Amino acid sequence: MQDDNLDRLLAAKSIAIFCGPGGVGKTSVAAASAAVAASRLGGKVLVVTVDPARRLADALGLSALGNLERPVPGDRLKAAGLDVRDGLWAAMLDTKQSWDDLVLRYARDEETAYRILENRLYHNITARFVQSHDYIAMERLHEIHAEGGYDLIVVDTPPSRNALDFLEAPERMADFFGSRLLRWLTMPYRVGGRRGARMVNLASRPFYQVADRLLGSQFLEDIAEFFLNFQTMYDGFVERARSVEALLHDRRTTFVVVSTLEAAPLREAEFFIAELVARKLHLGAVVLNKTLPDYLLDDAGDAAARALVADPGPAASAAAAAEADLDAATAGRVLATIGESFLNFELAAKREAELRGELGRLSAPILRVPAFEEDIHDLPGLARLGECLFGGQRDN
Amino acid sequence: MALLAAQEGRKVLLVSADGRGDISAFFERRPVGFRPEMVFPALWAMAMDTEASLQEYLRLNLRIPLPGRVGPVAKVFDFVATAAPGVKEILTIGKICWEVRESLEGRAQWDLVVVDAAATGHVVAQLGAPGAIDELVAVGPIKAQTGWMGDLLSDPAVTALNVVTTPEEMPVHETIELVARVRETLPVPLGAVVVNRVLPELFTHADEAAFQMLRQPTAVAALEGVVGPGAGDVLTAADLAVTLRRTRAAHLSRLRQSVELPSLYLPELFIRAQGMRVTRMVADALGEELGL
Repeated sequence: MQDDNLDRLLAAKSIAIFCGPGGVGKTSVAAASAAVAASRLGGKVLVVTVDPARRLADALGLSALGNLERPVPGDRLKAAGLDVRDGLWAAMLDTKQSWDDLVLRYARDEETAYRILENRLYHNITARFVQSHDYIAMERLHEIHAEGGYDLIVVDTPPSRNALDFLEAPERMADFFGSRLLRWLTMPYRVGGRRGARMVNLASRPFYQVADRLLGSQFLEDIAEFFLNFQTMYDGFVERARSVEALLHDRRTTFVVVSTLEAAPLREAEFFIAELVARKLHLGAVVLNKTLPDYLLDDAGDAAARALVADPGPAASAAAAAEADLDAATAGRVLATIGESFLNFELAAKREAELRGELGRLSAPILRVPAFEEDIHDLPGLARLGECLFGGQRDN
Repeated sequence: MALLAAQEGRKVLLVSADGRGDISAFFERRPVGFRPEMVFPALWAMAMDTEASLQEYLRLNLRIPLPGRVGPVAKVFDFVATAAPGVKEILTIGKICWEVRESLEGRAQWDLVVVDAAATGHVVAQLGAPGAIDELVAVGPIKAQTGWMGDLLSDPAVTALNVVTTPEEMPVHETIELVARVRETLPVPLGAVVVNRVLPELFTHADEAAFQMLRQPTAVAALEGVVGPGAGDVLTAADLAVTLRRTRAAHLSRLRQSVELPSLYLPELFIRAQGMRVTRMVADALGEELGL
């Protein structure tokens, strides 16, 4: 019971990666954990988020785009009841800019860098290549961590079809740029210098034949040029990808899986948990967001609701007698309706309890956040959410 | 939607565009693959597999003898697909368009192809793949393929992009953004917005006032005297339901004001069941919304 919160976990770790299926409130949970960690545990805390809802971004002072880390204004934190000593910072992930920075850092000279940045495939790859989001998120994390500016970095991972993409991203990047196929593909262009011969004597090779007929040689040339230039960054790049991977496995790094108690997201979360364990990554906690309150499972409520649905008359008369302005007929209608509504929500709560039971045998603590009636979009809301995740006044 | 159409007597192909074979679980069937399988009378389901789609494409269109069969092709494909963005998307959208064209020209049987498309973040790239490829690839057979796909996708008599959402802040926000992006960047016609999991309105305005009176301590005490100590919980739960409904109503009205599309509303289902039972209930609700 003592471990049933994020206190110890976030006090012991320097990187907390929040992941899980989309649409479960991952960003709010990550931001709330960062805010409350900053106030409860102290230390300089940074939350890196991917695509926060506008109002949440505003609340964190992230109205401007860009990779810049910005402090969340202290007076706003104070107004929300968060006593932050060493600062809460927030940053958004700008994929395009992160890629550009990476290219500028690792290209062997400025000319190569600009040739890459201007290649039309480059734009496509960085903007549309889905996994590039995932890679760049981990890459940014590495960079911020290496600078040593924060005691705790909380990362809200990008929403992705496959929640595992970002775990595999560094490895895949390294494999990709080191692949023999890539060398093969760019070979005809390496023969006669940087932008050398077209594919003359390679036309007989089946691969080029298929590729050429499918895509046309201009396109292949574009690909080749891009990768030829990109390959000059290979060593720096792969080394970087390896250290990003090492960072994910570092004992100071932990993963928090966020889900709701709905069948589909929970199934995804379970799969994700299994993969974390299989990869020997640290599963710090599972956060179940937007859960229904426990009183819905009480027998007394159930009995009262059933009585009201069966015959609201007696209760309505009693209530009308107690409240002068209350009309018994209206009261009866309302009582039957709310009895019905209770039974509906009770059913939903039972469904949740059943799903929670299936999660039962995890080594990590399972934390619950209640369904707040309003959306979380300001610092007081984050503080409220965060309090549910930390020790102390829990059980609301 | 697929079930509803099949029940209305149409031959339907249901495609899971992101390759989830368990789409058949909605019909209590085992997972499906690239080959359509009948999961309900007049309803077939398939899961997209871009590699299988490429092989089919090569076989049907280019008549290229596949060297060494699956092995090398898979490797090369994997590489090109990673290197050249849009390849996976074009193979997905291409297969779907192909099934539609074959049906229009009488060589395939589908009256309706229902696609469970990629998530919001990816669907624009998927539907925009023909256009994107068109820009990147100057010549070649792929280029020749993108034209007719674009024609089908932009024909309002053939295609409609329907956006499904829930009445919550982020989904509504994403829906508004998606609709705007589609209008701005894609030639694909928009159909309707389907709002799933709408909570029922508990009270009329007059009843709301009575509800507030019932929550007064004296009334609660009187209620407890009749139905037992759980009366308070029943009232609290009703308040939760009312507040949730109200918060969601605000998102719904923002949605209505922003997208200017026909909306269909499906209720939150308070049932234990999953699978076919749920599919039926949603299909019925959809049929009611569509006036069928």
